[in-house]
Amino acid sequence: MTQITDTSLDFARTQASARIRKARINAVIRYVILGLVGLVMLYPLIWLVGASFKTNSEIFANPGFLPHEPTADGYIEGWKTSTPYTFGTFFLNSFKIILPKVIGTVISCTFVAYGFARFEFPFKKILFGSVIAILLLPNVVTRIPQYILFRDLGWLDSFLPLWVPSALAGDAFFVFMLVQFLRAIPGDMEEAARVDGANSWQTLVFIVVPMLAPALISVALFQFMWTMNDFLGPLIYISSVDKYPVSLALKLSIDTTEAFAWNRILAMSVLTITPALAVFFAAQKYFIEGISAGGIKG
Amino acid sequence: MARLQLHNLEKTYGNGFRAVHGINLDIEEGEFMVFVGPSGCAKSTTLRMIAGLEEISSGEVRIGDRIVNDLQPGKRHIAMVFQNYALYPHMKVRSNLSFGLRLAGVPKAERAKAVDEVARILEIEPLLDRLPKQLSGGQAQRVALGRALIKKPEVFLFDEPLSNLDAKLRASMRVRITDLHRRLKAEGKASTVVYVTHDQTEAMTMGDRICVMQSGHIMQVATPKVLYDQPANLFVAGFIGSPEMNLIDGRLTGNAFTTGAQQIDLPPHLMARLSSYPKEAVLGIRPQHLRLATSGLTATLRNVEFMGHEVYLYANLEGTDVVCVASTAEFDAMDRSADRLTLQPDPAHMHIFDRESGANVSLPRGAA
Repeated sequence: MTQITDTSLDFARTQASARIRKARINAVIRYVILGLVGLVMLYPLIWLVGASFKTNSEIFANPGFLPHEPTADGYIEGWKTSTPYTFGTFFLNSFKIILPKVIGTVISCTFVAYGFARFEFPFKKILFGSVIAILLLPNVVTRIPQYILFRDLGWLDSFLPLWVPSALAGDAFFVFMLVQFLRAIPGDMEEAARVDGANSWQTLVFIVVPMLAPALISVALFQFMWTMNDFLGPLIYISSVDKYPVSLALKLSIDTTEAFAWNRILAMSVLTITPALAVFFAAQKYFIEGISAGGIKG
Repeated sequence: MARLQLHNLEKTYGNGFRAVHGINLDIEEGEFMVFVGPSGCAKSTTLRMIAGLEEISSGEVRIGDRIVNDLQPGKRHIAMVFQNYALYPHMKVRSNLSFGLRLAGVPKAERAKAVDEVARILEIEPLLDRLPKQLSGGQAQRVALGRALIKKPEVFLFDEPLSNLDAKLRASMRVRITDLHRRLKAEGKASTVVYVTHDQTEAMTMGDRICVMQSGHIMQVATPKVLYDQPANLFVAGFIGSPEMNLIDGRLTGNAFTTGAQQIDLPPHLMARLSSYPKEAVLGIRPQHLRLATSGLTATLRNVEFMGHEVYLYANLEGTDVVCVASTAEFDAMDRSADRLTLQPDPAHMHIFDRESGANVSLPRGAA
């Protein structure tokens, strides 16, 4: 009896260790593949950072991403730019657009989405239908009418056309995203708040906004990144160099005198993507939560 | 504490669907009123109209001496406990409890005192610094109860508050709520309560009075005992009581009730009580009042359920399924060689219903 037990125990042990070994091998293979694919996807970024520390001639001579003689020359010279302004000015310009735009978007889209998701009012269906229609409309179609409108308002060569529409809930995508998110939140908490004596505004501020926080963080992040990366908007509306945001300023260094100073351009590109990357990694958790809970793929 | 009156209350939705058909109901100060009925009977809609969460199509709701139709929920001096607790997920229990007071502009020190008092009554003191997601179902329900209690409302509304809890917890919360209401009533501080449920056990054990509803109509309003002993119509008779009352279709002929080929004599006191004499009638008799006997109605035994202290006998009587509750001793003494049962309805507990109108025509004089 004892012998049988011992044998079966040994057998079980051998089996178990074989299973564990197999699982380990599987894990190693899995991570190697993941690592390789990740590296392929990240390589351009890594190369960009590496190349920004190379000299201009080395960029074309050395295909690897590690510079032989690291130099911060690209950053120093690139920051100065060929204009009377430093890159600091352009960063400041970018943030003068981004800040009111992001804050305005978050506030205005919350109001509009709350209205659509929670209240009944005349023509609600038609109005919401037009929000969706705007969502489907290619941006290009509205460029010219918008340009004429802003010209008549005397807003050309100012930051206003770049942030005012968004700050007035002009981005249908965000309104739609928040409406979907709100629809997924049961109305009971808001009813409880109403019984507790809250009016619609108090309900919005004390109850709805805190529950909406993950979605609002996603909205802010999207808006931040898209505005940071926006090239066409500033290109159309901004004509004075002293008002250029970074996206235009980068292009500026390509077509004028510094056409071949690639290390400067790359150095400034690295600086340009840094804020977006930093914000993204800092808020990554909420960002993903917001997208998935909103039922919208980013 | 205030009286709650519903007068010709109606609810019609935008698509023309009429959910509530002119309800009239008086609920006394400090009374515990239970709305009970099957799903879709508009009991929750009625409650929500009282709360102000649902618009009133016509009629009026009066709390105390005020008509509250056009008042915001927050101004009606009510508090409500929701089925799924509806606690504010981002606030700690303490803030959840005091949110209403904070909106009302009650000073901080006073709020803290009120929170402590309610927490003590409901034994939730150790939970005050937790978030709702860190609470169990029973704890969350107690917090929801506390959030309502702290406002010292005139009318307390419960919307199926226990249906998300497991059976054991439900039973203990049931006792806790009625006990709390009784205690506060003794101190003269009890609110008027409207409690919505679909569970007749909750209704029977908790309510001072019960309002049975069906498809937007009130079927009967009475104390649990009256509802059980003197159901006003077929719906109430079938809805209240477990197992359900036996309702046997038949005809009245002379002083007897005929079903199929069988006949049973009706006692003189029952005949004397009849408010009308419907030809097409339904005999109502609770399973507990259907005795095994040597003479009476003969039925075919279909199934037997042994419950411990008693036995449920399921039988077929002239095409109608009937249930008879017998004691274990009676069941043991029964002749089980044939699958025939002889059943004798207890004459003191027989009801005669008009099949067409559904009304109980055999209610004692003066009964509701």
